[in-house]
Amino acid sequence: MSGVLLAGVTKRFGDALIVDRLSLDIAAGEFVVFLGPSGCGKSTLLRMIAGLESVDEGEILIDGRRVDHLPPGARGVAMVFQHYALYPHMTIRKNLSFGLRNMGVPADEIDRRIDAATKSLEIEALLDRRPGQLSGGQRQRAAIARAIVKQPALFLFDEPLSNLDAALRGRTRIELAQLHQQLRTTMIFVTHDQVEAMTLADRIVVINDRRIEQIGTPMEIYRRPATQFVASFVGTPKINLLPVTVDRSGAAAQVRLGDGTVLETAVSSVSLPGEADMTLGLRPERIRIAPLERGDTRGEARVVERLGERTLVHVRLADGAMLVAEDRGDSDVQAGQAVGLAMEGACAHLFARDGTAYHGVSA
Amino acid sequence: MAMGDATLRSRLSQSAPWRRWSGLLFVAPYLLLFAAMLILPLIIGLRLSTTRSDLFGVKAEVGLENYARLFSDPVFLKAVGNTFYFVALTVPALTIIGLALALVLNNASRWSAVLRAVFFASTVLSVTVVTLIWRLVLIPDGGLAAVIARLFGQAPIAFLSDPVLAMPAIALTTIWWGIGLPMVLFLAALQQVPRDLYEAAALDNASRPRILFSITLPAIRRTIALVVIIEIILQFQLFGQAQLMTGGGPNNSTRPVVLFIYEAGWKQWQLGYAAAAAQVLFAMIAIAAMAQYYVSSRKEPA
Repeated sequence: MSGVLLAGVTKRFGDALIVDRLSLDIAAGEFVVFLGPSGCGKSTLLRMIAGLESVDEGEILIDGRRVDHLPPGARGVAMVFQHYALYPHMTIRKNLSFGLRNMGVPADEIDRRIDAATKSLEIEALLDRRPGQLSGGQRQRAAIARAIVKQPALFLFDEPLSNLDAALRGRTRIELAQLHQQLRTTMIFVTHDQVEAMTLADRIVVINDRRIEQIGTPMEIYRRPATQFVASFVGTPKINLLPVTVDRSGAAAQVRLGDGTVLETAVSSVSLPGEADMTLGLRPERIRIAPLERGDTRGEARVVERLGERTLVHVRLADGAMLVAEDRGDSDVQAGQAVGLAMEGACAHLFARDGTAYHGVSA
Repeated sequence: MAMGDATLRSRLSQSAPWRRWSGLLFVAPYLLLFAAMLILPLIIGLRLSTTRSDLFGVKAEVGLENYARLFSDPVFLKAVGNTFYFVALTVPALTIIGLALALVLNNASRWSAVLRAVFFASTVLSVTVVTLIWRLVLIPDGGLAAVIARLFGQAPIAFLSDPVLAMPAIALTTIWWGIGLPMVLFLAALQQVPRDLYEAAALDNASRPRILFSITLPAIRRTIALVVIIEIILQFQLFGQAQLMTGGGPNNSTRPVVLFIYEAGWKQWQLGYAAAAAQVLFAMIAIAAMAQYYVSSRKEPA
């Protein structure tokens, strides 16, 4: 079992800084997801671990062994590429055996490994076909099988699900989770899809603009986002962000929304910085549709999205601010109707101007 | 008005013959040009090859006599042999050297951009300039080759008047002249190979020769076939270099088929005989190109 250690890793392309002194400790057997918007440096970081990009500063260790000066083939890693990168003129069997033959693995051992991997991925029947004769999902499995047969110390996945249709993506996601449970090998997975990150990861590393914003378990990331960026990047529908003025006179901070509504938060007043104007973050599931007279505030329903098990209501407050609230699946709210809103102030987050998040004790 | 237009159009598009033939309209411009410039001359040439003709017109119908004469004409048979020899000298060399240059120059550095331009530059020269340059290199009296030979204490060799060395000298000139095209075609093909294949191969621990033979060459095999076919067709038509450098000599050792056709037609005014020789050359090129196509497409099962 091998962990991965990144220490002060930096990458430049010319004058452009792509990855800025990034440090990270990944435990053996862990499934870590690098999550971030495109261009944040997450793929570059993965490719640096693979050896496909050079490291300008810092060190990369796999299983305690320094690898950043080694060629990709000598690092004991296997990678699944976004576009699969199967060799188009070779059969799937040759695709799988290519790396093993290069490493001098004996022929019977190669056959044994290919048998095992293709059986578990249910692609034995495709072994004598070429990648061009396979569907996207089958190619994806072949690419994963090519990684598995190498029995690497570390699996790297570069947005491997982004080319699959929605149904197949969901299924492959579950299969990857099962694969990790079976193999217990360290895996690093890059994606910009927060659902993939939430469902697959032991730990998520949220990367934005060359830096790590937050490292944590999926629920930590969701419930206690370290920054406003993390809060708005993770979660569908997106977290509601509203400008508020803060009153620190009580033990817990009180905030006043643009429409005059006063909300009690669970954020300790003394922990907050001196700014009077902050941003309130409240997830849609913490704002419920209520009878008009019983809500904390009221607004006009503008758009009603019925998702079946729940209903999302886009509401405009008196001051024009928009927010998304949740209602039951069988909600009878109609667009244009006035609705009351019940806000769970105890679950609110406050964000300072620099993006730093402040949470209540229970949030 | 607009109404009537629409009905007319819909009635037109519904009528079956119109639908069947309307596609023809799109290919017609090319088809006409192709017929006028290639098919028609081919037919006229075939017809001419069965006659005895000069520049004033057809003198007599002779059937296949021209062909019979050709195959017993030692000069023509020598010319055919010379042409095959020349193709064998140039086509593999152009393909392999072009590929090697493309492999070396397929990167984004400034030096390779300069060198690509340098290697391609010779292609834009006319055959007159190219042969002039190489005659200056090859003449035994003060040419570059002679100077080099003297440096090593050797007597200078008269390449172009040596029956054994003249054809290789013309081949060398042709390779120098024509290397730009295969190089550019190979460069274009190499840049189409997805980069992630090389990355996958790097992670698969593949050595450089392994990558060349298992990834690069299979990925550009269509371009290799294309280059070989193009070069076969081009080099079978050797003319200018031989005419300008040796005039077909010494002792017919560098006389190619096209030069034979030219001299039969425009020096001896035997247009029918020349046309027959041209048909033989056409058949040679067609068979060679098709054989190459057959071999290269069979290697890859569908």
